[in-house]
Amino acid sequence: MTSKKAHEHWDLKIRPTSPLFDLHLKDVWNYRDLLALLVRRDFVSFYKQTILGPVWFFLQPLLTTVMYVFIFGRLAGLSTDGLPQPLFYLTGIVAWNYFAECLTKTSSVFRDNANIFGKVYFPRLIMPLSIVVSNLVRFGVQFLLLICMLFYYIYFEGFNIEANIYLLLLPIMIFIMAILGLGSGMIISAMTTKYRDLAFLVTFGVQLLMYATPVIYPLSTASPAVKGIIAANPMTPVLEGIRLGLLGKGDMSMASLAYALVSSLVILISGIIVFNRVEKTFIDSV
Amino acid sequence: MDHVIEVSGLSKLYRLGEIGTGTLSRDLHRWVARAMGKEDPFLKIGESNDRTRKGSGDVVYSLRDIDFSIGAGETVGVIGRNGAGKSTLLKILSRVTSPSTGEVRIKGRIASLLEVGTGFHPELTGRENIFLNGAILGMRKSEIRRKFDEIVDFSGVERYVDTPVKRYSSGMYVRLAFAVAAHLESEILIVDEVLAVGDVEFQQKCLGKMGEVSKGEGRTILFVSHNMAAISTLCRSALILQNGRIDFSGDVNAGIERYVRSSKTSTGVVDLANARHHLCNFSKLRSVMLMDESGVVTSTLFIGNPFRLRISFELFEDVRNLEIGWCINNIQGVTLVGYVSPWEGFQTRFDKGVHEVECTVPFLQTLPSTYHVTVWVKRMGEKIDDEVERAIEFEVLSRDLNGSVTYFDKYAELNMFQHSSWTQINAGVS
Repeated sequence: MTSKKAHEHWDLKIRPTSPLFDLHLKDVWNYRDLLALLVRRDFVSFYKQTILGPVWFFLQPLLTTVMYVFIFGRLAGLSTDGLPQPLFYLTGIVAWNYFAECLTKTSSVFRDNANIFGKVYFPRLIMPLSIVVSNLVRFGVQFLLLICMLFYYIYFEGFNIEANIYLLLLPIMIFIMAILGLGSGMIISAMTTKYRDLAFLVTFGVQLLMYATPVIYPLSTASPAVKGIIAANPMTPVLEGIRLGLLGKGDMSMASLAYALVSSLVILISGIIVFNRVEKTFIDSV
Repeated sequence: MDHVIEVSGLSKLYRLGEIGTGTLSRDLHRWVARAMGKEDPFLKIGESNDRTRKGSGDVVYSLRDIDFSIGAGETVGVIGRNGAGKSTLLKILSRVTSPSTGEVRIKGRIASLLEVGTGFHPELTGRENIFLNGAILGMRKSEIRRKFDEIVDFSGVERYVDTPVKRYSSGMYVRLAFAVAAHLESEILIVDEVLAVGDVEFQQKCLGKMGEVSKGEGRTILFVSHNMAAISTLCRSALILQNGRIDFSGDVNAGIERYVRSSKTSTGVVDLANARHHLCNFSKLRSVMLMDESGVVTSTLFIGNPFRLRISFELFEDVRNLEIGWCINNIQGVTLVGYVSPWEGFQTRFDKGVHEVECTVPFLQTLPSTYHVTVWVKRMGEKIDDEVERAIEFEVLSRDLNGSVTYFDKYAELNMFQHSSWTQINAGVS
């Protein structure tokens, strides 16, 4: 009997622990339709019953830009590396928003979905992935806005754009933002299931992190002492790189970009591992 | 038989008390012990999960060393009192949480229905939610598209399929949600007490659909319910859990009988002191007690069996023409049958004081479901003096009446059963 059992084929084995690197990626692939439907849900439910609908996608970064121009540009008089202030800030805001949204939304994924997670199984990784993809759609729309503004400056304000090869690196930079937000969000989400305090830290922390990233100032103006710290932030080469590619001015080297890519990948993989550990029992602790 | 589910040595541990205090130190403690190659210190404190007794440790086993296996095409009813571990077992099987020890082996696709309408988004239309919910339950998009018409048809909300579900009545919501779930194509289906919601007609439809599924397609079903009638009509075997361990595993009727026996005496007696009374000019009902044919107090009866109702009441004066009566109502409140003492020539002269009478019914006629008893006392020909509605609730379970299996749930609208004799008059005359 026992010898027969050993040869039997079982489709699924539920055990207390699974190997550390069993990431259920095949399972995730099987549920790809769910990913698409969740993205659609996020998009549709976002503007249902609002008067302005999808216009909100544009309004939020535009108003923030106006605010930044006024406060950081006029009042504080921060340098923008010689670039037009609205263009400089909008680039920073659009890119930073994508990363920040991915991070904060992912970090609360267990809490937000405790209801669903407690009732039905699907690879939990689908949820954070859908957040990243939904936000990518939003990022795309906002990026279009940025392009429109860029053309406005080129044709009407005579802004001289130096088309450069770095623009081709844009997909890599978006990829870095996505996996960095996803990875760190997942690490935080896994920890918040047990230690709730972290949830309060996230929004606050993201705000602080923005000032440690060249969003409202260019890296070139930072003093050498601070520069080292800011450069250690994987988001720094991304923001500088997007500005370099799009607007022609930015302080990014291929080495720093490689550093950002590698560190984000490390964070992503540790994020997935931690996430998969926690997803198995998190429902017992919420 | 070929097993599709095998469970061996399965345990699940829960920490009692507030989660969040001292977990960091406990985690460190655990981690140090594990790093030094010792056993997890908190696995030892576990004790059986008896919620009536206060345990000494703050860790309990919700399930402890469970072993069982289920063959292909079996329909198993999981029975147990609250806290017996039913939900934990289902959660582990549906991979919502993972076990503390042990292993579960499963063959084929497994779908679980711990709740209807998981992931429904109020802003989305019925159509969009069918796709979303289907995908959450594990269906591919093409699969849902193929079954879409069938799902809408089963739910009966065709007119509203393009309306956001937040505009739905709760009944429509549940109908749509269950319709999606009922069309899952999986070899194993796990169903929790999702049928507790929704109207009776739809409940019957769902039970019918589930029964059809298990018989027609050879699907394996694990069904948890407090509704013994549903379990007995739907399931072939039963698994009784008690305090996290398996108390019984085998034939459904034997299982239900065992469970019913163990739950006896608890709810078969109702003290009416705090119930809503009527005029109470000269009388007051004190208590009612339901007993099976052998005099055991119970709230669960089997169809066709004799049973007794004992009524205790107090008279404030001597009464010459007293009538004691009671009737059975179904859950919708429709009165099905009544029993009145003078009809049977029972005495009508009662002195002042407390009295207790017993009424024996030789044959329980109501079909498997839940019923209420209304009791009254009055002077014959006058208006009711004291009456308690829904004085006691009881459940009727199905039983094999004539040696052939009967699915009473298909005939819920008939309410009552009475023996009749059938004779063939003509045979194949053309």
